[in-house]
Parts: sequence; C-alpha cells; structure tokens
Amino acid sequence: MRKIRVDRSVIAVFFFMALTPALWAQASVPSAVPSDSDRLAKVEQQVADAKASADNAWMLTSAALVLMMTGPGLALFYGGLVRKKNVLSTMMQSFAMMALITVLWALCSYSLAFGSGTSFIGGFHHLFLSGVGLEPDPAYSPTIPQQTFMIYQLMFAIITPALITGAFAERMKFSAMAVFMVLWSFLVYDPMAHMVWGKGGLLNAALGGRFPTLDFAGGTVVHITSGVSALVCAIYLGRRLGYPKEPMTPHSVVLSFVGACLLWVGWFGFNAGSALSAGALATSAFVTTHLATATGVIGWAGAEWLRNGKASALGAISGAVAGLVAITPASGFVGPMSALVIGLAAGIVCYLMVTKVKMRLGYDDSLDAFGVHGVGGTLGALLTGIFASSAVNPIFRDAQGAVLPSGMIEGNSHQIVNQFVGVVMAWIIAIVGTLVILKIVDLTIGLRVSPEHEVQGLDLSQHGEEGYYWDVST
Amino acid sequence: MTKIEAIIQTSKFETVKNALHDIGIDGMTVLEVRGHGRQKGHTEVYRGREYTVDLIPKIKIEMVLADDMVEKVERAIVNAAQTGKIGDGKIFRSRIDEVIRIRNDERGDNAL
Repeated sequence: MRKIRVDRSVIAVFFFMALTPALWAQASVPSAVPSDSDRLAKVEQQVADAKASADNAWMLTSAALVLMMTGPGLALFYGGLVRKKNVLSTMMQSFAMMALITVLWALCSYSLAFGSGTSFIGGFHHLFLSGVGLEPDPAYSPTIPQQTFMIYQLMFAIITPALITGAFAERMKFSAMAVFMVLWSFLVYDPMAHMVWGKGGLLNAALGGRFPTLDFAGGTVVHITSGVSALVCAIYLGRRLGYPKEPMTPHSVVLSFVGACLLWVGWFGFNAGSALSAGALATSAFVTTHLATATGVIGWAGAEWLRNGKASALGAISGAVAGLVAITPASGFVGPMSALVIGLAAGIVCYLMVTKVKMRLGYDDSLDAFGVHGVGGTLGALLTGIFASSAVNPIFRDAQGAVLPSGMIEGNSHQIVNQFVGVVMAWIIAIVGTLVILKIVDLTIGLRVSPEHEVQGLDLSQHGEEGYYWDVST
Repeated sequence: MTKIEAIIQTSKFETVKNALHDIGIDGMTVLEVRGHGRQKGHTEVYRGREYTVDLIPKIKIEMVLADDMVEKVERAIVNAAQTGKIGDGKIFRSRIDEVIRIRNDERGDNAL
C-alpha cells in the first residue's frame, strides 16, 4: 500500500515538472500588469496575515491548554489529595470557577482588568465585551484578535481562584465558596491583573507603569494573590476537625499524579502563551518553563530523599508544581541556566515551607496552596528581578530605543526594588481583599459547613452524591 | 461441620489456593482484609506528615468443611503459607450448627 503511494507521488512530480515551462510561458504573457508597489503591498499584507494566523493558532491552543490546567489538571491534583469523602466537592470547586468566572469575565471582569482606567483598575468601556472584537488591540498584542486575547486571559482568571480552594478544602460550604470567589475575582484579581498587565497599570513593565514589575505569566497576579489569599483563608476558617491528630492522607496520589502531569503540559500554554505570539519569545518561555520544572522535581524530591531516605511520588509532583510556579514570572525574561537555578531553589524552599514551617506555625493549609503558590510565587517574582536578561527579552529601552539592562545581574539593581514593590502590592491586596470578603461572607451566609456535615464529607452534605459509589449489584 | 478461617499473607494466596485444590477442596470464600497481630506496620510520609499504618493487608479464606477434612486442610494451609516470620497469619476453627444450600434447601453435610 505504502509503496504504491510513493510511486504515485513520483509520477505527480514528473507531471508537474513537464507542465512548468508551459505555465511559465502563460504567466509571462503581458496583460494588465500590477505595479511593483501594488504587488509589494499585497505580499506584505499576505506575510502579515500569515504571521497573524500563526500567532492566533498558538494563542487559541494556549488558551485551551490553560483551561486544561484547571479541569482536569488542578481538579485531579487537588481531588487526589483530599479524603475519599471530599473528592467530588474538591473537584467541583475548581470546575465551578470554569463556569462562574467565565460569565463574570464576559459581563464585566475583562473590562475591569484590561480596559483603560486608572493605575489600579480598568474602566467600564468593555462591559459586556463591547468593543472586544476580531480586530487586535495593539497595546496588548498587534497580531491576534482581541477576542483571542480576552479568552486567553480568562483562563488565567479561572485558575487563579481555583488555586485558593486547596487551602480551605474539606470544610467550606459550596455556597460560601461561590460567593467568596465572585467577590475575590472583583476585589483582588481584576485590580492586580490591571496593575501588572493592563493599560496604564501602576506596575506594568511593558506599557510604562510607575513601578515596572517583571511578571511574564503571573507570578504576582496569579500565584502570590492566590497563595497569600489561601493562607488568609486557612487561618480565618481554622483547621479541619481532627487536624493534626487524625490521619488525613491523600486518598489517591494516583489522581494527583495525573493532575500534576496535566498541569506541567498545560503550563506551556500558560507561560509560552504569555508571549502573546508564536515567535522566538514563546520558545524561550517554553524552554525555561520545562527546565525549571525539572529542577523543581529534583529540588523537592532530593531534599526529601536526604531527610527521609526516600524520594516520594507526591514529593516529586509537588516539586514540579513549585518549579512551574516560580518560573512563571521569569519565564519570558530569563535564560535556560537561570531557569535551572530558579526551579531548584523553588523545589527546596517550598519543600521546607510545607514540611517544616507549616508544622511549626500550626495553620491548616490543607493542600498547601500557600506553601507552593504563595511562597513559590514570591520567590519567583524576586528572582526574576535578579536573573532577567535583556538578551532574552529587551523589555526596557531608553528614549532613543537603545536596550537597557533588565535584571540585577545585568546591572539593573533597581529592578529588585520594582519586583519588591510588585510583590508587596500583591500581598497587601490579597490579604486585605480576602479578609474583607471572608468577613462579609461569614456574616451573611457563613463560611464553614456544620461539624456533622464535615464529618459526613462534603460530597454528600454539599452535593448529595459520592465520588465512589458502592453498588452491591455490580 | 467445621468452619476454618485462615488469615494469611497476601503473597501466599496463590500457593495456598493451589494446595487446597490439590487435596480436593473446591469451595472457599476469600476476603481482602486489614489487621494486625504482633507484626508491626510501617510509616508513610505525605508532605512531611508521618502516618503509622498498623493495619496490614491480609487475605482471609473462609471454608466450611466436613469434620474429617479439617486436619488435612489445616496442614495444607500451614505448609503452603508458612515463611517462618512474624506476620504469617493464623487459622481459626469453629463449630458450625447447620448449612443450608439455598438452591434446593439441602441441609448438613450434603449441602457442603
């Protein structure tokens, strides 16, 4: 079968070779010849269209990859870490974000995050996605339709609150969770996204913000805000009943394993997609992302191996996530060797945070949303200021357009201050916003399920179903 | 009639089952169980939290036998399941008052 096909294609090639002189002769017959400048303009347009199509293809793929990080990625990762009786409720908390935040984003959040407004929050002119069409918004990305940019950014707005759910797993009412997340999206995510990535944002490095913070894919916007809010939630809600005396082992590290692998793959959309185009910068971010994840695994599992004598599967996948988190702000600004260092540092620091510091302080951040995302995000954001390289991404230029150094190693030691301002801003907005929202929800509908419901499990008490139904007749 | 309940190492189940088939036993009920006697469990570590797992997985075989088969079956199980280490398990023997075959209401030894 295969051989026949080869023969046919050879015949086709000969056929076209024979025809070519005839076609050539025909084409050279003078008719109404377009001028050279017309033809050049046409070619230029075609080249631009081709680049736009390529960029759009990658960005739509990236958007889909980032959605895959929430469901099934994070849903599986978190779902496996809880006890059997809470698996569905935990997965449902991530999945609910895919519906809730999507609607909010279309109605008003996109406008608040990415519309022009003040230094702190966007305006209302993109409410109901008005003016968000198929033409690019050159301030963000000159080659992709603004709707592509909008849907891509939505996927970030979805996963960020979903990350917080790890902190209050196994004890928060579904209704309270839903209201909390809606308010959180408005009060914390939208302002932070606007400040770092929006037009006129206070921290925007690409569009001339007052304190240009380098955050390629969301170290501050996604991981610090979610991680720090997670810590506030864990402390405010209090520990799970029986913690830390009763055993609360992950009911299926297998599910978590699959989830973590999906997160790793999806993260290429998250970081390499943040180039907002399909060019070399996307490649650079893709490579750094992958390298940092690898050293994150080695850092965490290696530290564990030295301390406990064994490298665990849960440790390895946790290290991967830590590496991914820390490289997120740096991914499009640093070179491959810096990525190796950032990932390794994150693997070790997050391991110590989750196993040592958390135990000592006694708060119950059930699935370590703070220990991994808050700490890894902060570490990554600060290290970005050290390792950022203008050879990778010439983000800062002087008035004449000459490239200026990016990070501290290159000689721009002031960048570490800017990074610090971005980090502090993210911490403050996360702490204050989360506390205010928790108080409001606590006073109106209450945050925690009743002790009976907590013992029964949230799958049954909140959703009326079980993850693993025991059916005698099968 | 006598009931034999043998708790054995999970890794010895195939050997024991074959030994029982060899002496003509063709009925048994097998359960996956967890428990512990003198054998110590192990520890597991999840993100730095250490858990002692002292309930160890075992296989429990239940059989109800005519009295003349009991000694033979017990010998077969001991021979097949023994490793000589703590954790090999135990056999419990108890009297059974009645056996009823649900299909045709047969009673006693005929129902075995």
